[in-house]
Amino acid sequence: MGFWQPRRAGILALAAVIAVLPAVLPNAFYYDVVILVGINAIVCVGLNLLIGYGGQISLGHAGFFGLGAYFSAVLTGTYDWPPLAALATGAVSVGVLSFIVARPILKLKGHYLAMGTLGMGIIISIALNQEVDITGGPDGMPVPAFAIAGWEPSSEQTWYWIVAALLMISVWLALNLIDSPVGRALRSVHGSEVAASVAGVDVTRYKILIFVVSAVMASFAGSLYAHYTGFITPDEASFFHSIEFVTMVVLGGMASTFGSLVGAAILTILPQLLTVLHDFEMLAFGAILMGTMIFMRKGLVPSLVDLAKRARP
Amino acid sequence: MTLLRVEDLHKTFGGVGAIQDLTFSINPGTIHSIIGPNGAGKTTLFNLITGLYEPTRGRIHFNDADITGQPPHVLARHGLSRTFQNLQIFLNMSAMDNVMVGYHLRCDGRFLPSLFRFPSVVRKDAEYRERAAALMAFVGLEDYVAADASAMPYGALKRLEIARALAVQPKMLLLDEPAAGLNPSETLAIDGLIQKVAGRGVTVVLVEHDMRLVWAVSDHILVLDHGRKLAEGTGPEVRSNPDVVAAYLGEGGRDR
Repeated sequence: MGFWQPRRAGILALAAVIAVLPAVLPNAFYYDVVILVGINAIVCVGLNLLIGYGGQISLGHAGFFGLGAYFSAVLTGTYDWPPLAALATGAVSVGVLSFIVARPILKLKGHYLAMGTLGMGIIISIALNQEVDITGGPDGMPVPAFAIAGWEPSSEQTWYWIVAALLMISVWLALNLIDSPVGRALRSVHGSEVAASVAGVDVTRYKILIFVVSAVMASFAGSLYAHYTGFITPDEASFFHSIEFVTMVVLGGMASTFGSLVGAAILTILPQLLTVLHDFEMLAFGAILMGTMIFMRKGLVPSLVDLAKRARP
Repeated sequence: MTLLRVEDLHKTFGGVGAIQDLTFSINPGTIHSIIGPNGAGKTTLFNLITGLYEPTRGRIHFNDADITGQPPHVLARHGLSRTFQNLQIFLNMSAMDNVMVGYHLRCDGRFLPSLFRFPSVVRKDAEYRERAAALMAFVGLEDYVAADASAMPYGALKRLEIARALAVQPKMLLLDEPAAGLNPSETLAIDGLIQKVAGRGVTVVLVEHDMRLVWAVSDHILVLDHGRKLAEGTGPEVRSNPDVVAAYLGEGGRDR
């Protein structure tokens, strides 16, 4: 079927980019940026399942990212847990927490859901700031290396391959989910909740499911981020970080998994490129975002796909 | 034997009685129409039967089960499906996927099999895609099998909604104004489609303003006025009922 081609082509293109990048990245600084792109992209692939496919907004996902990061930092740093166990514990805990908040919060719609998730994210951020004894407070805390059975990734290159592999897996799983009964149910909830329920879709169940999935992916990425950077602060859970994630998803294109990758890449790389503009950095950044959203309302990737279709029918 | 039994149904909105003292039953395998002037409570009654509203009082029995107050996705399992007066199409999906959502209860909706793309999920999806294509052909949408829902004309979307409702494999299908917004020739075609659906053994319940369609297809008609039952019976019985003529068609209605 025709539908299969873009899906396979997308995965192959992603694999090709990942394979070629090390040949063109000149030094550790560039690796660093690309690794951060990958970590953000994992969050965005999950968040896009919630926002782009499920049609539910969240302005609090940095909270889950931050929780994942702090679970890893505290359990490995303070309690000497193995990093993998800490990462898994963080993911499960965030899964349980998001499951508990999901039912009341997802009863809200539109602006109200945005406010609800916003409040949730801010509460997590405040908790991380205030629990100085556990988290070190606003000063942040160091995170031990990501040691697995005595081995630890020492160079940027090693981290690059770890993050790339995990990103590939995330994209593969997300694409599986989208083209499945679960994915159709999600998209139908986005399209019309009443029609979905009349067709037999348990709307609440699928909303909760995808909220939890996206929260767990954010927590997972947060754990990776903590070990990779080696030092975290409550800023990872801040409101502005949540907005950044949502902007990545919207800029790249809602309901486009590869769009999330592009969005994450642009919003991570652009600030680095724009540093040459000095004082006008934020001005240019905002102008680029506004321009994109005005002229490519569906987001970068879906708009470009439409253009390509029109050029070659 | 009755398929649907409504007993002493009441629904009030902020003190206003939208449905009052309503008792009726529907036999399987026939085409029923619910008619009445604007605001008579027809759509409210549909929303009560399909679980979108909870009744203030009264019970609804379907296929020997008490379904009062059950949510719509549970009623779908019982074999109850419907279309909407103002279209409720998933415009973010392809036409085929719209119908596939109708097959949701037949497909494997569990998380892990979908996440890891189990062969059983893929096989079942492929099987139901074929059935969805056949169903689209049944309602006359064979030209739109590969189309996006957002690119389809209004008349085709009405049929798409019927196809999606049929995919639920209902015992009873409720159609809320299937002919609204259609021109006379399209209405005629919908008329044929409704008869075809009933011919498959699905009990059809219609809310419709197009009286020609109502007289043409209905085996049984229920007339509502101000949320109460005004009359009930076959087409000719209802047509000659003086209350109906006065309340529904108006005084001039005698000439029709």
